Amino acid sequence: MNPTHYLVLGALLFGIGAVGVLIRRNAIVVFMCIELMLNAVNLTFVTFARMSGQIDGIVIALFVMVVAAAEVVVGLAIIMSIFRSRRSASVDDANLLKY
Amino acid sequence: MIASLTAALTAAGAHASAATSDAASAAGSAGGAEQIVFWIVAPLALIGAVGMLFSRGAVHSALWLVVTMLCLGILYILQQAEFLGFAQIIVYTGAIMMLFLFVLMLTGRDAGDSVIEVLRGQRVAAGLVGLALVALLVTILVGAFKSTTSVGLGGALAERGAVGSLAATIFTDYLFPFELTSALLITAAIGAMVLAHVERKRHQKSSQRATVLHRMKSDRMSPLPGPGVHATSHSNATPGMLPDGSIAPGSVSEQVEFAVTERVAQNYRDRLASGDLLVPISGPQHPYRPRTAAVTGPTHAAPIADAIASADSAARSKSTEGSEK
Repeated sequence: MNPTHYLVLGALLFGIGAVGVLIRRNAIVVFMCIELMLNAVNLTFVTFARMSGQIDGIVIALFVMVVAAAEVVVGLAIIMSIFRSRRSASVDDANLLKY
Repeated sequence: MIASLTAALTAAGAHASAATSDAASAAGSAGGAEQIVFWIVAPLALIGAVGMLFSRGAVHSALWLVVTMLCLGILYILQQAEFLGFAQIIVYTGAIMMLFLFVLMLTGRDAGDSVIEVLRGQRVAAGLVGLALVALLVTILVGAFKSTTSVGLGGALAERGAVGSLAATIFTDYLFPFELTSALLITAAIGAMVLAHVERKRHQKSSQRATVLHRMKSDRMSPLPGPGVHATSHSNATPGMLPDGSIAPGSVSEQVEFAVTERVAQNYRDRLASGDLLVPISGPQHPYRPRTAAVTGPTHAAPIADAIASADSAARSKSTEGSEK
């Protein structure tokens, strides 16, 4: 089977994730879109590993997974603390740096 | 059932890529099985992603994303990355998405997206940008890899097996990045603790010495009397009486009808006049009435007229002194 299918699927998922980051207003949903983008890149890594016959792509995908887990933990803690001080998880409300 | 499914998926992927750089045999029956699985799972993944993008509630978005993550796990297994596929299912759908749901429930699940557009036309522009991005990526990827056939991981995995060769690569070539991830995880854990921790203000406990000094400096050294100590009635219409027999302002709640209060006060005055009551204690040692005329001892109310007169004069002198101040 031609591996291009997987690459195209990864590109589509990445694009959907990018659009989600741009149009959604809930910070947690924006975060989920970022996770989707990371997963799309992971799929591309795995496909490249299979195409090249080297296992490095899978190792890097594992590292991406670890980084994503750490990022989710810190990001959700930040969202929680913002929510606690502003009673809102909307990214439009966190605009203090604008002024 | 899951085990057999995994075995079938792996077999499909392995057969497809066991044909090393030979496209002809990759298009055999095993490749056909992989294609079937792909064409079932890939649309599901896309449906999940689109559902996440367009569902209104954040919880629905999270559940759609779980669908996509599961499909991606299946695709990893299909591409002979079984360990990564299971890590995907366990770590992403099992841990990270549940963490998302946890935070969603903490922040209130009704916190939907605001429909107010802060930047005019931003959504349309974002959609166009996304379409352009996808078109660009697809064009580049298809153009670059259209004729490339996959070598397959069979050769790389042949020596130590799937997990063994992965471990060998991680602990030799990627040892330093691997150690760095441990530092990253510790930093993330500490950061999450610092960010999520709320410092509660402890109630400041004053020492006994401070309490005593504070009380000595105040007007009243003794504690306030308990309810009912000086009361002649337990009705909340009972007013506080001033020495001249009038009602102390503010001693009765405004909610109580004034006629009732006046009746109670009149009753008190009558009983006072009839000698039924003790004269209220007043004296120079009383902290709130320091300048009243001294009535030595708790005199019985026999000379009641004298007592009232002295209380009257005391109140008068008090008011004049107050005005002199």
